[in-house]
Amino acid sequence: MSFFETIFAPGAVDIMLNIGIILIKIAVVVGIVMAHVAYATYFERKVIGHMQVRLGPMRVGFHGLLQPIADFTKLFFKEDIIPANADKPIFYVAPVISLLAALSSLAVIPFFEGFVVANLNIGILFILAMSSLGAYGIVMSGWASNSKYSFLGGLRSSAQVISYEVAMGLSLVGVMIMAGSMNLTDIVKAQEAYPLKAFIFPQFLGFFVFIVAAFAETNRTPFDLPEAESELVAGYFVEYSGMRFALFYAAEYIGMIIMACLASICFLGGWNGPFEIPYVPFAWLLIKVYFFIFLYYWVRATVPRYRYDQLMGLGWKVLIPLALLNITITGLIKILV
Amino acid sequence: MLIAGAFGLGALIVGSIFRPRRPYAEKLTPYESGNPPVGEPRYRFSVKFYIIAMLFVIFDVEAVFLYPWAVVFEKIGLYAFIEMIIFIVILFAGYIYAWRKDAFKWD
Repeated sequence: MSFFETIFAPGAVDIMLNIGIILIKIAVVVGIVMAHVAYATYFERKVIGHMQVRLGPMRVGFHGLLQPIADFTKLFFKEDIIPANADKPIFYVAPVISLLAALSSLAVIPFFEGFVVANLNIGILFILAMSSLGAYGIVMSGWASNSKYSFLGGLRSSAQVISYEVAMGLSLVGVMIMAGSMNLTDIVKAQEAYPLKAFIFPQFLGFFVFIVAAFAETNRTPFDLPEAESELVAGYFVEYSGMRFALFYAAEYIGMIIMACLASICFLGGWNGPFEIPYVPFAWLLIKVYFFIFLYYWVRATVPRYRYDQLMGLGWKVLIPLALLNITITGLIKILV
Repeated sequence: MLIAGAFGLGALIVGSIFRPRRPYAEKLTPYESGNPPVGEPRYRFSVKFYIIAMLFVIFDVEAVFLYPWAVVFEKIGLYAFIEMIIFIVILFAGYIYAWRKDAFKWD
């Protein structure tokens, strides 16, 4: 069979149509998320500025609204510096791996009923796997840069990410028991029977563990030791400049958005809200995600950085037993009720 | 699954297209506050990191064991619940052992 016969065979058109729809979905999701990433950086500076009685960015456009575009343009045209002793292939792929892992997780997030790029049955597992994969980007960049700061930053970050990943994975087991599924769409549907259409009341312990672990997973304050400016300059991406740095930065913010989405979907009922908002099916998810992103800024403006031993102690000695307790309690309630 | 793969590949291509290809032949030494770098950057580091890595492997595998159990929880009922409690208790014994051996202590 020739190439054209394959293309025009019955059924092939359907497949191509499906692929086209999926590509459009991917383009929409990536476009929207990238816009959010750009403006998340702006609002972070603005919100923290106002919390510290400053103005934040004001110069570029009205109240600095064009600042992200200016930043992006600047980073885009910046020279790409590769240190002389760097391990070049690894240095090249590290930011791409970071971004790839972050972007891939977006594929399984349902933004509203029926709108999800890939409706995987193992949605949660996929996101956890991708967030582990993100640690590779960090380790590789820390190692390949051949600098002391990035080496230490990479080590710290990898140890932190894997420690909190255990707690995060365990905190989601309670949700899985309640929903009987790892598919994020099914999880949202399972929550409709609960008060306020959310798992947060029966799962408040899991929610607490998840939120703390999410802050640590995304390297945000108060757990931003890998990037502690005052001791490590910028941690694992000290040696990166221009667009490569931007890729790391984007990966970090996409990670934030994914964690916010996951928290909204698993514990706060996703696109369902206390009442219906007409015509905008994703309104509730958007509100919840914005709330979580605001929470990131709020905590950053409020809480000082942890010490490394405190960080590890919190992860291993507090969160893991709490998560196991949560699993046991959830299972027990499920058996008894 | 295919979509996820395509998605990852898409991200990779996007990442490589966006990068400016104007490499200068400028060599920069690793950043050390403007001083010339001292000594070997990849020096020996604390053994604690290895312990954390090993504990992570153990606990993560345990978490993976819990996932399928959690998903089919409603169908398998009390018997499997008790089994899993026994599993968690055994694991918790190991956890307490690691704690008593100061595996989580950091200094």
